[in-house]
Amino acid sequence: MTEIPQNTSGKKLGLVIDLDICVGCHACAVNCKEWNTSGHSAPLPDNDPFGQNAEGVWFNRVHTFECGQGADSRTVHFPRSCLHCEQPACVEVCPTGASYKRAEDGIVLVNEDICIGCKLCSWACPYGAREYDGDSGVMKKCTLCIDRIYNENLEETDRVPVCVSTCPANARHFGDLGDPISEVSRMVEERQGYDLMPELHYQPVNKYLPPRPKSADYQSEQPKRLTPVAARPESEEAGGLFRWIDRVLTR
Amino acid sequence: MHPAYSVIFFTTFSGAGYGLLFLMGLFAAAQWIDPVRWFGFTGFFFAFSMIVSGLIASTYHLGHPERAWRALSQWRSSWLSREGILAVTGFVPFSFFAMGWVIFENHSGAWRLMAVLTILFAVLTVYATSMIYATLRTVRAWFNRHTVRVYLAFSLWTGSVWFNLLAHLFDLHTPGIGMIVVITGILALWLKRKYWMFLDTSPTWVPPEHATGLGDLGSVKLLDAPNTQENYVQQEMGFNIARKHAEKLRRWAFFTYFLIPWSLALITFESDPWIKIPGAILAVIMVMVGTMIERWLFFAEAKHTTMLYYGASDS
Repeated sequence: MTEIPQNTSGKKLGLVIDLDICVGCHACAVNCKEWNTSGHSAPLPDNDPFGQNAEGVWFNRVHTFECGQGADSRTVHFPRSCLHCEQPACVEVCPTGASYKRAEDGIVLVNEDICIGCKLCSWACPYGAREYDGDSGVMKKCTLCIDRIYNENLEETDRVPVCVSTCPANARHFGDLGDPISEVSRMVEERQGYDLMPELHYQPVNKYLPPRPKSADYQSEQPKRLTPVAARPESEEAGGLFRWIDRVLTR
Repeated sequence: MHPAYSVIFFTTFSGAGYGLLFLMGLFAAAQWIDPVRWFGFTGFFFAFSMIVSGLIASTYHLGHPERAWRALSQWRSSWLSREGILAVTGFVPFSFFAMGWVIFENHSGAWRLMAVLTILFAVLTVYATSMIYATLRTVRAWFNRHTVRVYLAFSLWTGSVWFNLLAHLFDLHTPGIGMIVVITGILALWLKRKYWMFLDTSPTWVPPEHATGLGDLGSVKLLDAPNTQENYVQQEMGFNIARKHAEKLRRWAFFTYFLIPWSLALITFESDPWIKIPGAILAVIMVMVGTMIERWLFFAEAKHTTMLYYGASDS
């Protein structure tokens, strides 16, 4: 049923993405593709993969934005994937019931066996999270790595979405955002994590942590500079044995 | 939004078919028209062929047309599902109404009830089609009160141009038909103009700063896209039409969907059959072409919030 189910457990699994830390390496996107092309929604097709018009289905994409102007501008890397909204219009508009939100943990999934490929869900998603697989004629989307997070064949530390475990900068975090004392919820509270496009009332579960303000040094009129090496006083140079070697060699 | 031809054809033709059925139902229920067998037969033939070909065209848009029947299951939340159910169940009253008119040549009693149900189902089906678009918060050009009105008005207007052709083919002199053509044409023109005025003056729906939540750092612009070639989301949601082309197409649409068919309907009203029948046919062709241009623009001019992540400056 594509009506939004009553969430009985209060569990809201999702991601917290720290825009202060993300370095824009695209490892999360690449490893997402790698895992999911043989996972729950496999395969994630590529069209013309070695040609001029290479494009394909990805569940996770990293955009890079420039915010502000001139010296005050910042480059912010922005990973974007399904936000597993609490009011997912993509689920409500689905005419077949193929799109659904799980009552037990809030994950939004597609049942590919009954999807008719009408693409209306992708129109309803403001975040561009759903990508159509033209080869199999069905819609595909992020599963929050449902085939990892409950997978008892994996080590417990690996039972997180692959984008989280692969992030070399630790910018992505996975947890229960419905639990106010979970690590991710505390992170959101501390750093004022926010929703994307809150005015559309989709109530995304995933939260973004804003970039931290620049340090006071950077913002002052005269930025702190490193002292040029040539201008260092004699006393800062090497002493003892190395000084003796230096003298012998420069002679 | 990418203008898919199958959807444009479907909404235009099924809209005209339902409009024609609405008017046939109205004239039968009000007993403004005698149940003449061949008039009825021709009218139902036009309406049913347009509705059925439209429905078939709409399945070309699907990745799995053979599963289309599954779309009838989610009427509790999905307008697309409701539209499907109304389109299918509507054929029950339509068929009885057609049977009464064509076989029994009767418009009274239970047949009259079927005419009333036909009116109801025709309106509800077009309403459901328009609500698919009108409930998408992601597209400002659709998520507004004008969308439903314009869909209903165009359905009625195109239907009445077809009805006008029928009246001329069977040499029917019901003054009500001429009145309806004049009024519904002006209604469609007025509501579409109001829609375009709304579209041209409506402020930014969601600014790029809200898409990323980075507005506190200053204005936000895309520095580097995640992919080098256009992906599905960009192809489907990123269709862009230059404003000058849109203006030109709006003018063409005005001539073809309104001015030419409306004038032709007026000219042919009291003239020789050698003029009025070709005139009425030309009016039908024009209004269908014009409505397809209008529908194409409905998609092409619509901006989707997703494109804010791919460099769009407003939505």
